[in-house]
Amino acid sequence: MSATETTEEISVRVGTICDGLAGLEGPLLPILHEVQEEFGFIPEGALQTIAKKLNLSRAEVHGVASFYHDFREEKPGRHVIKICRAEACQSMGADDLSDHAKRKLKVDWSETTSDQNVTLEPVFCLGLCACAPAAMVDGKVIGRVSKDRLDRILSEVES
Amino acid sequence: MTVKIYVPLDSGSVALGADEVATAIAATAAKRGEDVQIVRNGSFGMYWLEPMVEVETSRGRLAYGPVAVEDVDSLFDAGFLNGSDHKRYLGHTQDIPFLKAQTRLTFQRCGIIDPVSLDDYRANDGLKGLENALKMTSEDIVKAVTDSGLRGRGGAGFPTGIKWNTVRQAPGDQKYIVCNADEGDSGTFADRMIMEGEPFVLIEGMIIAGLATGATKGYVYTRSEYPDAIRIMNEAIEVARANKLLGPKVLGSDYAFDMEVRMGAGAYVCGEETSLLNSMEGKRGVVRAKPPLPALEGFMARPTVVNNVISLCSVPVILEKGAEYYRDFGMGRSRGTIPIQIAGNVKHGGLYETAFGLTLGEIVDQIGGGTASGRPVKAVQVGGPLGAYFPRELFDTPFDYEAFAKADGLIGHAGVVVFDDSVDMMKQARFAMEFCAIESCGKCTPCRIGSTRGTEVVDKIARGEDPEMQKELLADLCETMKFGSLCALGGFTPYPVMSALTHFPDDFRPHALDIAAE
Ligand SMILES: Cc1cc2nc3c(=O)[nH]c(=O)nc-3n(C[C@H](O)[C@H](O)[C@H](O)COP(=O)(O)O)c2cc1C
Ligand code: SF4
Ligand code: FES
Repeated sequence: MSATETTEEISVRVGTICDGLAGLEGPLLPILHEVQEEFGFIPEGALQTIAKKLNLSRAEVHGVASFYHDFREEKPGRHVIKICRAEACQSMGADDLSDHAKRKLKVDWSETTSDQNVTLEPVFCLGLCACAPAAMVDGKVIGRVSKDRLDRILSEVES
Repeated sequence: MTVKIYVPLDSGSVALGADEVATAIAATAAKRGEDVQIVRNGSFGMYWLEPMVEVETSRGRLAYGPVAVEDVDSLFDAGFLNGSDHKRYLGHTQDIPFLKAQTRLTFQRCGIIDPVSLDDYRANDGLKGLENALKMTSEDIVKAVTDSGLRGRGGAGFPTGIKWNTVRQAPGDQKYIVCNADEGDSGTFADRMIMEGEPFVLIEGMIIAGLATGATKGYVYTRSEYPDAIRIMNEAIEVARANKLLGPKVLGSDYAFDMEVRMGAGAYVCGEETSLLNSMEGKRGVVRAKPPLPALEGFMARPTVVNNVISLCSVPVILEKGAEYYRDFGMGRSRGTIPIQIAGNVKHGGLYETAFGLTLGEIVDQIGGGTASGRPVKAVQVGGPLGAYFPRELFDTPFDYEAFAKADGLIGHAGVVVFDDSVDMMKQARFAMEFCAIESCGKCTPCRIGSTRGTEVVDKIARGEDPEMQKELLADLCETMKFGSLCALGGFTPYPVMSALTHFPDDFRPHALDIAAE
């Protein structure tokens, strides 16, 4: 997406997504997922279009989008690293790993590095609890993540 | 002759490098001019051996694991295509003790077959349950499920047959089967494994549920954290449709059934059935008050079965082999088998399907082999973030719904998370409160506000601000949450908190809590 995209351009792209999915029973979540897939986040301008297409108020759509942890209001970094914070991963040192990542990237949870390269997000269980601690890098699952392994991942996404 | 090599596609295996190993095997075989076919199968669930590679030989399927990319050349050198010895050699897959000792009814084909090959599924007795069901009346199908003693594996343990009967008798021309595949509990991965390793058994179970209740449409609601499971489920549904297993004439009969997958959006509470239905309808995932029951007014206010993945996947074998066959496994009112998921700081982490009734100690010490760190086991959390922490003194508790309830715990989705003696139980109690605060749907005050107060109270104990009084306050708060919450998120958070406080009082002395920088 170019930074200069107008509300109207966003509206057209979101409208196409809505038209493709409007036939589903309960189409709002699938639409929000696809909008986020398209833009990397839910642009402010998308809400009105979705509302109009689904015959809802803009506030209702915003209410739904803001309820779920997945939907972002801002553009994420070029890479998204999720680290599991749940119990099985804790038992294998996930807290230490998270602290290490935050220090290295100089961000807190749900923040993006100043160069817009990496967004660090918490996740509560990836179903990899027998391969803990676990992480997900740009949608790819990784198990038994040591600090060294994390450092290598970070230098890969930085290069 | 082409040699068949199995490399799992299960995301647990992929997280440990299975994709890279598969690529390396293909490249090495090509370079050496070996004729191989790589099949991506599900995982048998022995994660300390993943990626576990199998070779089909004249002696049967032989396993090697855990295989790293660096091992591939030496495996070829050693002649593993003929099943030769190697430092990673494990012998016949089915003879690996962890697997051999299990009773696999629900997971019987997981790991064995190509997940999206319907031919493989059929060749391994798949669809027999459905073929029987197609010849039965809806009453008789429900009766078989009721008689099997199957209780919902999603946490509450509600009898599946009774739920189905309510939907069967409910008036309405459109009914739904909703599969709850949200699996948010830490330490659980059975739903993920079976969706990735044997999706047709879920499809079969859902069609049977449709026949039993008169539902013609099914939904699998699963989490966005499971992209691989979503992809494989979708692929299997397409194969099923192309083969007329789904569609207007299921297997040539007069029954219509079709299904689709829906993805959640990162909210734990959406595993609660009514919140899940709201989410599917495109609303905020807040919990609905019951009544009305989803069985009568569920998805789109129509009669709806909401069942967990494993509940539905247990149905085909019941219809294939009969209610009695299934019922004969287990103890007390906990019948059949349960896929126990052993995770966390444990040597042999993985999925172990067995009849109810093993003791917790047997599961942790013998099957799990103790901790991965080699240090003593200090606590075991069973049943996810809302489940109690068990100390060693309670290791004789049998794995059975009633026995766990008696010990102030719950089986939940049967996830067992092991902690060694380095765990700080005050920190775990704080985390339980924090998790509840993050994930609360916001409908009731004790859950929404109480959980935030809970973390503050634990922090005060840690700082030594009148700790004895704070502990009383914490217990009081837990009591309020337990009785004042609409659903189990607020209502069960007291389990991990109070079990930590009761069984590990020494950890609740003032000391610096090492809390992830916030
Ligand atoms: C906060 C909360 C989360 C839940 N998460 C799940 C879940 O992830 N999967 C599941 O099957 N049931 C979950 N449940 C239980 C469901 O509400 C419901 O009991 C279950 O899906 C019924 O299916 P069953 O009868 O097959 O067990 C959860 C309940 C609560 C209160
Ligand atoms: S207990 Fe918590 S999650 Fe459950 S309904 Fe109340 S506020 Fe929502
Ligand atoms: S607890 Fe981290 S993957 Fe399950």
